[in-house]
Amino acid sequence: MALRTAAFSLRRMMSTSAVRSAEMPLTFAAPNGVHYDRVNVRQIDVPSFSGAFGILPAHVPSLAVLKPGVITVYEESGDAKKFFVSSGSVTINEDGSCQILAEEAHPLADLDNAAAKQVLAEANAAVGAAKDDVERAEAQIAVEVGEALVAATA
Amino acid sequence: MLSQTKQLIPVLAVQCQQQRGMANLKAIGLRLKSVKNIQKITQSMKMVSAAKYARAERDLKAARPLGNAAQSFYEKAEVAAESKDAPKELYIAMTSDRGLAGAVHTSICKTIRAELAEKANTDNIKIVCVGDKSRAFFQRWNRNNILMVGSEIGRLPPQFGDASKVANAILTSGYEFDSGKMLYNKYNSVVSYTTTTIPIFSQETVSNADKISVYDSLDADVIQSYMEYSLASLIYYAMKEGACSEQSSRMTAMDNSSKNAGEMIDKLTITFNRTRQAVITGELIEIISGAAAL
Repeated sequence: MALRTAAFSLRRMMSTSAVRSAEMPLTFAAPNGVHYDRVNVRQIDVPSFSGAFGILPAHVPSLAVLKPGVITVYEESGDAKKFFVSSGSVTINEDGSCQILAEEAHPLADLDNAAAKQVLAEANAAVGAAKDDVERAEAQIAVEVGEALVAATA
Repeated sequence: MLSQTKQLIPVLAVQCQQQRGMANLKAIGLRLKSVKNIQKITQSMKMVSAAKYARAERDLKAARPLGNAAQSFYEKAEVAAESKDAPKELYIAMTSDRGLAGAVHTSICKTIRAELAEKANTDNIKIVCVGDKSRAFFQRWNRNNILMVGSEIGRLPPQFGDASKVANAILTSGYEFDSGKMLYNKYNSVVSYTTTTIPIFSQETVSNADKISVYDSLDADVIQSYMEYSLASLIYYAMKEGACSEQSSRMTAMDNSSKNAGEMIDKLTITFNRTRQAVITGELIEIISGAAAL
């Protein structure tokens, strides 16, 4: 009798743990367009303020804030698609779904290195010309994005 | 002498009647012209709205996944506003500056007013009016509850920059709310929209949520940045839905106006022709009776 109840309770403990499927539906959207809408993918590499990390199915739920940089999405078919994001947020939920909301996201192929260098030069000039802390902070954000752009398109 | 006066009076009477007939004709003609102008204006407004609606619907298709994704975190983390005694509440009314769009603005404003009327004490409730139409409404009914007003909405399609300006203004307003509601018109189809509510949570509510401990490596900084960005995303989504509903509603309203104006024109044209024929008949009778008298 005691053996049966022990086994029964063990089974109950195991069944209450979250069921993690091997699927990871990704929603990657930005105001300038939707790149993925609940599409199952294999892996996503994201640059965030707490460090760049890769998201695989059954990743522990988390929230993160995006840093300007490149997101790489490894699709089910094996293709790796790269996108440049300026900022945004990442949500990984308990059921495995992942939502990346970016402020601006463009395929890396659409970006040009020369234009990126110009953006960086203008941002640096803006830092020098900033009159108060708010302007300086905004200009420094632009510098961060510019540097990431140059690094991504190099 | 007597026979001469007998002739004068009927001629004078007919002349008066003729003038009266002419005045009626002119009045009807003026009215006809003005209703035709109105029909032209409403028809052109419908065309403009149709073009703007087509663009807004395309934008909305791209914005819907963003809105759903932004809301999904709060659903999955089961964030629920805890019931306090006198919670500080915030209402965001997503309307615009331009009217002649059917019931889009008033449906949102009336919903908010009804909710405020149910509450015993409205001192802790503030309203953010996005768009002049909601400002005009609440200035009449709940003047003390208006926190801030956003103008110049509705002329151009909403961009993320506009949404982040609104979010920034709300977060830096100094009003620490415990819970909030954003009311907007969710677009269903060309002829229908629904006034929907999105709950807005404060940072404290999210930190105290049931399932927040499931989420790994969260600190106050990350939650704060996440909440700020999420508020901007939700406002952007509501703006896009609202713009689409507004344009489709304006299209329908202007279409109905054009049809009504068309019906009025038909009726007025018939009356005009009848009056014109009556005047001509009157003139003929006058001529014939004048000739017969000779």
